[in-house]
Amino acid sequence: MSGPSTYNPKSGFEKWIDTRLPLPRLLHDTVHTFPTPRNLNIWYTFGGILTFCLGVQIVTGIVLAMHYVANAGLAFDSVEAIMRDVNYGWLIRYIHSNGASMFFLAVYIHMFRGLYYGSYKAPRELIWIIGVLIYLLMMATAFFGYVLPWGQMSFWGATVITNLFSAIPVVGGHIATWLWGDFAVGDATLNRFFSLHYLLPFIIAGVVGLHIWALHVPGNNNPLGIDVKSPQDTVPFHPYYTVKDAFYLVLFVILFAVFVFYAPNFFGNPDNYQPANPLVTPPDIVPEWYLLPFYAMLRSIPSKLMGVIVMAGAIVTLVFIPWLDTSRVRSCRFRPLMKQFFWGLLVCCILLGYCGSQSVDAAAFGIIPLVWVARLATIYYFAFFYLIMPIVGLIETPRKLPASIAQSVLGDTAAASSSLPAE
Amino acid sequence: MAGVGLASAAWPFIDQMNPSSAALALASIEVDISSIQPGQQVVYKWRGHPLFVRRRTPKEIAESKAVDVNSLPDPLAENANLPAGAPATDANRATKPEWLVLIGVCTHLGCTPTVSTPQMPEGDYGGWLCHCHGSQYDTAGRIRKGPAPRNLDVPPYTFTSATKIKVG
Amino acid sequence: MRLNKTALGLALGLMASTALVSAASAQETTNTTRLHPKDVAFSFEGPFGTYDRGALQRGFQVYKEVCAACHSAQHLAFHNLMEAGGPEFSEAQARALAASVKVPAGPDDKGNTTDEKGNPLMRPATLADHFPSPFPNEEAARANNGGALPPDLSMIVKAREGGAEYVYSILTGFHMTPPKGFKVIDGKYYNPYFEGWNISMPPPLANNSVTYSDGTKATIDQEAHDVVTFLAWASEPKMEERKRVGMGVLVFLIALAGMLFAAYRRVWKDQH
Repeated sequence: MSGPSTYNPKSGFEKWIDTRLPLPRLLHDTVHTFPTPRNLNIWYTFGGILTFCLGVQIVTGIVLAMHYVANAGLAFDSVEAIMRDVNYGWLIRYIHSNGASMFFLAVYIHMFRGLYYGSYKAPRELIWIIGVLIYLLMMATAFFGYVLPWGQMSFWGATVITNLFSAIPVVGGHIATWLWGDFAVGDATLNRFFSLHYLLPFIIAGVVGLHIWALHVPGNNNPLGIDVKSPQDTVPFHPYYTVKDAFYLVLFVILFAVFVFYAPNFFGNPDNYQPANPLVTPPDIVPEWYLLPFYAMLRSIPSKLMGVIVMAGAIVTLVFIPWLDTSRVRSCRFRPLMKQFFWGLLVCCILLGYCGSQSVDAAAFGIIPLVWVARLATIYYFAFFYLIMPIVGLIETPRKLPASIAQSVLGDTAAASSSLPAE
Repeated sequence: MAGVGLASAAWPFIDQMNPSSAALALASIEVDISSIQPGQQVVYKWRGHPLFVRRRTPKEIAESKAVDVNSLPDPLAENANLPAGAPATDANRATKPEWLVLIGVCTHLGCTPTVSTPQMPEGDYGGWLCHCHGSQYDTAGRIRKGPAPRNLDVPPYTFTSATKIKVG
Repeated sequence: MRLNKTALGLALGLMASTALVSAASAQETTNTTRLHPKDVAFSFEGPFGTYDRGALQRGFQVYKEVCAACHSAQHLAFHNLMEAGGPEFSEAQARALAASVKVPAGPDDKGNTTDEKGNPLMRPATLADHFPSPFPNEEAARANNGGALPPDLSMIVKAREGGAEYVYSILTGFHMTPPKGFKVIDGKYYNPYFEGWNISMPPPLANNSVTYSDGTKATIDQEAHDVVTFLAWASEPKMEERKRVGMGVLVFLIALAGMLFAAYRRVWKDQH
């Protein structure tokens, strides 16, 4: 909860800085003493993990940019030179490419956490909307970044996605040409994608600053979804959450390291190790895994323009969530009916991701065309937000909320004796 | 006043993203068709896309002429040299019947269709088969079967001589 | 209690999607007619795998004497042959291997790039040079190979679904009888491990295609195994270093996690 500053500069030096640029004061208030609910669980560590991921991507990205050449004739070879000749180039490249996947893994967990615990509900609506903006910027950044190695999948993925703009009536073709800088994806496109790929992460960093600032006004939500009522409900961020976040961050980095060192091409597509060829189309064009659910939605609609509208609508829908959910209870822990639909949404997103990874004419068990699975999953996705969220909030009987966070945590000795703190 | 100033200041930054004069210079190519045999297709590169130039055999021309235009999934000529609503008759697809000039980009999702020859037939219509999602085109490049919505596009072109075609 | 219900719901959801996923992939073969690659053991598989030096050196010999006639490997340079984690030829051997190959020379003192007969000037390669391509451009490569383009082999193991096992299966998948009714296209060869079963490459390997200097018997399987090991290294020359550094990093991270967990328990001790 934002309140008066508790910073008390002791030394002369601290006072000198404090009267000129109160940065230590800001850090003290937001990271050191910030009152944080005492019952935050593992799912609340992903905000910190995401900031770490952003930092890793920026640092590795800037280093890669010292060696990468954004020219259609040289890009692919420059990446191979990084992998083979630049000292530890292989390491920095694999950290960057796997880092993107880890970044999205973390962001999806972070978003689903927000959905489950009602973190988007008043007064945190703007934090949620800023978060959707960050997600959009991440997707654009990742899309531009994937084009840069100029492999077959880079080129053809760019072709398919930029071609979508030509579905817009009247101006679509002109917009596509303007985006390409030519009559098809080519060198002009590559160069501008590099420029934007370098720019957007810094915009993301700024928006993340807004995201955290907006969060610090009401303070964190918590798994019970009930407000902080007294100082007994909170602990200072340091040392309680600095150490907890650090521990879970290291676990996350261990997973990250397993991919980087032992399965560095697990998330990738072999076709991207072939140089881009505008005259040869790969049999299956697929984006990276984190964009597959939207790709599945796009392909499940027969009309090109409607497919684009549905795909864009799926992301824009997220902005309205704070107003679509009519429940007065935040956390799904106390919403037995909503909880089931939440798991349904998770399954539906995983299914959509799977459908997106397969050929358009693939079939489950040989008889159920995956395009129909994708259509049903898309219908569930929209039904979840536009039908289930409003209706369930009104008809559901929530479970009884505890009186306070402190009472729930400190009064519940059975949970306290488990090896991990209260869930 | 401020709006005009702002718009004028913004325009160069927007227009710089449009194709440069170097890109526009490549917008036109001239191809020599003198060595192309009947039944043979040659693929060129035009504006970043594959360009199919196919010299049709009399059999392929006859097959194409025999098709009822109204039965086609796309009854329009899709020919940049003709007005928008022109029907997809064989004459509207190939001004000189022996020479078919097409943009080799499947109108479904942009893959390059494979040409059908008597030695290696592709698809059921003697034209092209797109291996990505199964679209099949006939000997005039018109879509007959599969998910592609439109016939293969005919780019703007002219015969500058009996053996040279200027495209774009 | 809460944990169990959540875990159950998540497990059920994941099981349902996994069932659908595995069922769908089992049936997904409608799109690929090629046979699943053979299951072959390579020394470099697994988190502790390394490249067999002997196989790398023999594989390089196979590449040089058989494959290089048609296939370029332009991302490999002669100095890679002596670097750690690869075939590890001595510097003298690597220089000799380089010098045995000719590459286009720069202009001479008069500015000529061709000799009196019009042939391009050539010079022996040095350690700094990349492996030269057998053809000057794609058109020449296609003209010499019936219209098909022999792909560059520097990345072939990473650029194909199935990786090393796929390449091995192709190399050892010739000499099989096509099924009844299957038409092998003129000028192509039957290989059921290749998509469409018609491959433009003639069977490249035969018994004793090469004579190994270390005396190993050069059967097709041996040659294929060795050249695939070499090509795997060509795709990932830093693999051994990567796994070694990875082990150090993971040990460090696990130790750090342990220390942080202890700190975490200590900090939170009185809050339960």
